[in-house]
Amino acid sequence: MKLNKEKIMRVVFLVAASVNILAVALICIFLFVNGVPAMFKIGIWNFFSGTTWRPSNDIYGILPMILGSLYVTAGAIILGVPIGLLTAVYMAKFCPKRIYKPLKRAVELLAGIPSVVYGFFGMIIIVPFIRNTFGGNGSSMLAASIILAIMILPTIINVSESSIRAVPASYYEGSLALGSSHERSVFFAVIPAAKSGIMTGVILGIGRAIGETMAVIMVAGNQPRLPDGILKGLRTLTANIVIEMGYAADLHREALIATAVVLFVFILLINLLFSIIKRRNAT
Amino acid sequence: MKNTNTINKMHFNQKLRMYKKNPLSFFLLTITNLAAAITAAAIVFIVGYILIKGIPNIKLSLFEWKYNTTNVSLMPALINTLIMTFMSLFIAAPIGIFAAIFLVEYTRKGGRFVRIIRTTSETLAGIPSIVYGLFGLLLFVTALGWGYSLLAGAFTLAIMILPLIMRTTEEALMAVPDTYREGSFGLGAGKLRTVFKIVLPSAIPGMLAGIILSIGRIVGETAALIYTAGTVADVPDNLMSSGRTLSVHMYALTNEGLYTNQAYATAVALLVIVITINSLSAYIAKKLMKA
Repeated sequence: MKLNKEKIMRVVFLVAASVNILAVALICIFLFVNGVPAMFKIGIWNFFSGTTWRPSNDIYGILPMILGSLYVTAGAIILGVPIGLLTAVYMAKFCPKRIYKPLKRAVELLAGIPSVVYGFFGMIIIVPFIRNTFGGNGSSMLAASIILAIMILPTIINVSESSIRAVPASYYEGSLALGSSHERSVFFAVIPAAKSGIMTGVILGIGRAIGETMAVIMVAGNQPRLPDGILKGLRTLTANIVIEMGYAADLHREALIATAVVLFVFILLINLLFSIIKRRNAT
Repeated sequence: MKNTNTINKMHFNQKLRMYKKNPLSFFLLTITNLAAAITAAAIVFIVGYILIKGIPNIKLSLFEWKYNTTNVSLMPALINTLIMTFMSLFIAAPIGIFAAIFLVEYTRKGGRFVRIIRTTSETLAGIPSIVYGLFGLLLFVTALGWGYSLLAGAFTLAIMILPLIMRTTEEALMAVPDTYREGSFGLGAGKLRTVFKIVLPSAIPGMLAGIILSIGRIVGETAALIYTAGTVADVPDNLMSSGRTLSVHMYALTNEGLYTNQAYATAVALLVIVITINSLSAYIAKKLMKA
């Protein structure tokens, strides 16, 4: 009886561990089975390179949304990575002890704020600010990039900080001993050694930015056309799904699921990149 | 952590002279401080602005039991959030904890099965919430015919938080010293008894930290819930009824564009929950450090 119980529970644990695999398999199956046929119906070429998205006429080109996602993510990286990385440097090497704890807690809070709250903040502060300063209607690629840049800060800061801290102190000390200043030692001896760790932080940030939905919807304007200029509105892949899924039917619905497939493949590629870099670090 | 500045301590004048001779160092120092200031300012501004503008908008009418267009009550959304949190954890916590037990206690480290699970759980962790939402819509709402329901939402979120719970539990279990296990075996306890009576209790604080993080994700989630749990703004009759959580409620309010004041108040509610969760996890982390 006792042995039986051991065996049964072992199987229970095994089954629980397999739920992960099952979940990934189910997600892949449901997305691909429901989404991929639509790509063929629309035509692979038309779907990926079509610049018009007009469901009422059964025209489904998602190039504007693909570019929208890429541009917004690039903007977030351009704004967020330098600030995040330098903040991490500050926290690891420059920060007085007294400031460190509150700053660390604040960054944790930043990571915990729900995306709708970010979106709301963008709507009431950043969008009007852009409208009044630069003109245009304010809901724009710039607004979305700023909000996303703030949202990926915690990821970049935390990963970069720990990788900077992981660099052996001898690097820093050696550089000091050669007569470099504290700043030069940190920037030219320590940071290059932490490069790959910082890269993983950036990649995680890209993943988060490309997958972000609600905050982007609330500030990006969501016009399904090719993005032209940082002050114009655009629509991302994620926004496309949320905005139209509520009333979509038939091919339109399938085209939206196909949009999710594209997004999913993007994320898988990013994950792959992530694990390649991680593996290279391990060896 | 030793402050690195103490290694080459200098007087202010010496420093000034050094920076004058070495403008690049001064530039690096400036941008580093500036970046940290920008980060800190962004946090203070976001949190401060929402609290200052939002707190005056918190009125008693927001907590009436029934939602209607005059009181725009957030009470039903709050109740739905509680139900959703509880249900998602009820589904995901046992699975995640059992899975972690299997990985740590029953397999060799670095084995093939472990690697497969590790890869799939990293994949799960990276999937954007809207993809989860769409998957929940396709599987739970449509294929299983549950319709927009709290149950469909909870299952969707459960899959979403599974990797988080699993990962933190794994780390907590691995932190339990092997001597505990050996001691238990030495006293004649079986594997199962050792796991449940010795290993799990010592790992509880670490597991709790993971669960608290999960609560944070559930409370903040919107995209995965809009098309699974739906957006009905009422207290649910049962688990098969649709109901919006606080985050979805907030999105709906801003989307309608009529209730900015109430949206402020909802934002405050969400922030208070997040701050509470963060303080709790910081508290637990501190306890862990002491132990």
